[in-house]
Amino acid sequence: MSPLDHKLLRDLWRIKGQALAIGAVIGVGVMMLVMMTGLVSSLGETRAAYYERYRLADVFVPVKRAPERLASHLAQISGVAAVETRISGRALIDLPTQSLPVQAQALSVPERRRPALNDIYLTHGRFPALGRTEEIILLQSFAEAHDLLPGDSLMATMNGSRREFKITGLAQSPEFLYVTAPGELVPDDSRFGVIWMNRAGLAAAYDLEGAFNEVLLGLTRGTAVEAVLDRADQLMSPYGGSGAYPLADHFSNRFISEEISGLEAASKGVPPIFLAVAAFLLYIVISRMVQSEREEIGLMKAFGYTDLEVGSHYFKLILVIAVGGALAGCLAGIASGRAMIGLYGIYFKFPFLVFRLDPASFVTGVMVSVVSASAGGLWVLRRVFALTPAEAMRPPAPADYSRSGGLGKTLSALLDQPSRMVLRRLTRQPVRMLGAMIGIACGMGLSVAMITIYAGFDRTIDLTFSVVDRSDVGVTFTQPVSDKTMFELRRIKGVARAEPVRHVSVVLRNGVHSYRGAITGLPQAPVLNRALDESSAPIEMPQSGVVLSSVLADILKIKAGELLTVEVREGRQPVLQIPVASVAQALLGAPAYMDLSALNQILREPGRVSGAYLSIDRTRGDEIYELLQDMPRVAGLSLKEQARLAFEELMNTGAGAMRYVMGAIAFVITFGIVYNAARIAYAERIRDLASLRVIGFSKAEAAFVLLGELAVVTLIALPFGAVLGYYLSFGIAAGFSTDLYQIPAVFDPVSYGQAMLVVIAAAVVSGWLVKRDLDRSDLIDALKTRE
Amino acid sequence: MQGSTAFRTRGLTKVYGSGHSAVHALRGVDLEIPSGDIVVLLGPSGSGKSTLLNIIGGLDRGTEGEVYFRDLCLSDMTDGELTRYRRDHVGFVFQFYNLMPSLTARENVELVTEIAQDPMDPDEALALVGLRERVDHFPAQLSGGEQQRVAIARAIAKRPEVLFCDEPTGALDSQTGRAVLEVLRDVNAETGSTILMVTHNANTAAMADRVIYFADGSIREVVENAEKLSPSEIHW
Repeated sequence: MSPLDHKLLRDLWRIKGQALAIGAVIGVGVMMLVMMTGLVSSLGETRAAYYERYRLADVFVPVKRAPERLASHLAQISGVAAVETRISGRALIDLPTQSLPVQAQALSVPERRRPALNDIYLTHGRFPALGRTEEIILLQSFAEAHDLLPGDSLMATMNGSRREFKITGLAQSPEFLYVTAPGELVPDDSRFGVIWMNRAGLAAAYDLEGAFNEVLLGLTRGTAVEAVLDRADQLMSPYGGSGAYPLADHFSNRFISEEISGLEAASKGVPPIFLAVAAFLLYIVISRMVQSEREEIGLMKAFGYTDLEVGSHYFKLILVIAVGGALAGCLAGIASGRAMIGLYGIYFKFPFLVFRLDPASFVTGVMVSVVSASAGGLWVLRRVFALTPAEAMRPPAPADYSRSGGLGKTLSALLDQPSRMVLRRLTRQPVRMLGAMIGIACGMGLSVAMITIYAGFDRTIDLTFSVVDRSDVGVTFTQPVSDKTMFELRRIKGVARAEPVRHVSVVLRNGVHSYRGAITGLPQAPVLNRALDESSAPIEMPQSGVVLSSVLADILKIKAGELLTVEVREGRQPVLQIPVASVAQALLGAPAYMDLSALNQILREPGRVSGAYLSIDRTRGDEIYELLQDMPRVAGLSLKEQARLAFEELMNTGAGAMRYVMGAIAFVITFGIVYNAARIAYAERIRDLASLRVIGFSKAEAAFVLLGELAVVTLIALPFGAVLGYYLSFGIAAGFSTDLYQIPAVFDPVSYGQAMLVVIAAAVVSGWLVKRDLDRSDLIDALKTRE
Repeated sequence: MQGSTAFRTRGLTKVYGSGHSAVHALRGVDLEIPSGDIVVLLGPSGSGKSTLLNIIGGLDRGTEGEVYFRDLCLSDMTDGELTRYRRDHVGFVFQFYNLMPSLTARENVELVTEIAQDPMDPDEALALVGLRERVDHFPAQLSGGEQQRVAIARAIAKRPEVLFCDEPTGALDSQTGRAVLEVLRDVNAETGSTILMVTHNANTAAMADRVIYFADGSIREVVENAEKLSPSEIHW
């Protein structure tokens, strides 16, 4: 090993604290990049593999009742490679442990073969035996939520008749990666079940012998989906087809697509911010570090080392720190990616989910770190190389403080000598101080942005569940019913208020932009569930026109006053042109609102409601639920408190959980920055400080000169960091927002206060660590040291 | 080498800064130094002797005038050529030793032997300065005199034709200082290197072949010693 390499290793050991702090900053930047890009590719590839192995359909065609022979017609559509007809029905499962019956979907499976499309993955037990109509397979996550096992029995109501079924197996399905109760967005394993059973049994229950009410199509690669949808709709319209839709619009798939694309957006938007801050910091730290080696560089040059040899020595030092940090970051990224993917497993029911490293992210992380660190090093080396070795070996001439003479005189009356030293250094070495200040401001900015994001998540929950939705219970009817039902609801003891709602399935189109969702019909001035404008004031439902949530207006690229095409997917299925009346603020989902009677009018179904929002006396909750459950038209109840808890849980897992990882990362970066600033200030001033001690200053007085500088720089950096954080928070909030929920960048003074405390705490700890070294330093050695 | 000229300067001037704050460190110095001599540069602080040493050592450049090492004109050299010159011909010993604190005595010597064309074995160089037993010690574990001897070992290990010593005994007590000077004399005797030594200590001049007196950036007097004293005879 060459002596320079010995020097390298021992220098690294000497600056280990600083090297660790720099490595940590690089490491966390790389960790985030590796984790997020790895999650994106893991989820994407696992989904693709799962869909392929279990032959998930490309097109879904719901229909009221179509004869089986139509299957062969569908098979003849150009581009259709596989056809599978099936029966799908709504069911209610009665569980002795639940006061409310649980909603479920019943699906048929062929009796003598595996399904050609939408196959299921049997995790336990067996398929129902041939000819057995009481045997069922249950969705595994639902079974686990209720401790049901193969061999157990359960009671279920299908099409009005209540029967006992025997569980023979548990399964997972690519169709139900993400499971929510109907009409809800947030998954809850216990509140929605899926039953698979022999076709004959299900056909009997729904009077569909020799017929089907859903057909699945598999397409050959490269087929234009739109053409197939049109042809399928044509074929099915005489049989009550309610509109074929592609896999992209399938509920479960849409959610996982959203999650993946949200994660992808976040992985492209957020880690670069962190990495850029880390890179800038690295630049500053390395440049100051090399600056402090000026005399050693001069010495090496005096011996006849070339610029290239000296440069590559420092480049190696940078490389060890940067690559070391990046490698550690990569390992941490894999570890945290594995942990995160476990969280995803809770919501997305993959039979297998393995974290895969995306090598490109590792390479990017290392490159960015090495390049920025080298840039910092080279910048200083160039300046040192410009000096003759004789100059470089001399300690730099004392900084010229003479120009602050006037200031000194003015202040001398007010300040003592140490305070003046602090102040003069700040004013006479503005570039160095600016570097330290910008670094700390970056740390403050990241902290502000992250803590603001936490407040944004709280705001989303608060706005959704306290301001928009002020009901206690949502009731869903089996089908649109007369609004007279509302009187029945209001008569129930303990119901304080009941408001009607009508959800209508629609496809909204504006030119090439479309969205498959629902229009919510509300009373003119609703109280329990409201649309809000940008200032959170309730919007009165207009007599004509639709109120779109801002998310939806963005998706459809439409503004208030423009005409929207609404393809209704229920009843007569009219296609309507409706003006957009206004745009509402919504942080959960992508709702569209209309006045209830206006909606009924355009559907030509006056006086219809599909559900209701209730506010109730909570002490009578159980009583009310029991009464509601006995009402024949009630399909299901949803309790807002449950939905809120489920939503909070959702936001604390999956992509939402990333905010805690990022918060930790922001803290590591902030600490790394502040600690380095303190460390470098110490290295630059160690001789001055020792001189102060020698002439009789106490340890505390000497420390004041050093730490006073750190304190002033930190305090100046705070307001700049706050401004930076304000702007950063928009970028990060956008990264966290998905189609499911929006995270606003809120201005929350408390967040700023907390971020300030984080930075100040980092400064106090760093100051303490440096002061400890200062107290321990040997005066004579310090006076001799060339650093 | 004895008899030929190692260095020659013509009108060598060095000005630091400009305008009002300009400092004339050298004012047109003309000088010739024969090969193989021990030359001592004497003079008060700020008289320009270290500046001269730095320029003819290739560590710095003059503002005006010419400097020759044998037939090589240092004034015309590029940075790369100056580096080559330092690497191939010159050794340095500094007042504050300038050892790399993170390297052992042997490694500090290796720092130079690594890049030299025909170096000594580092252990041999350290043995020459009497540090055979201390090769694996770090600078912090060595006394000031020992550190300076490591610096001398480092300078001579490349077998330089010229050895520049800037106040080599300036930080040492008299006994250690004498020991260091003895080492330098031995090196001169054994390798025939030209030695240029800057010092405050007028008595050191007694061991030189030639003494150059500096004042205010100019040479005031050059004295050739008919009889040299041994360092042990020098009055400190």
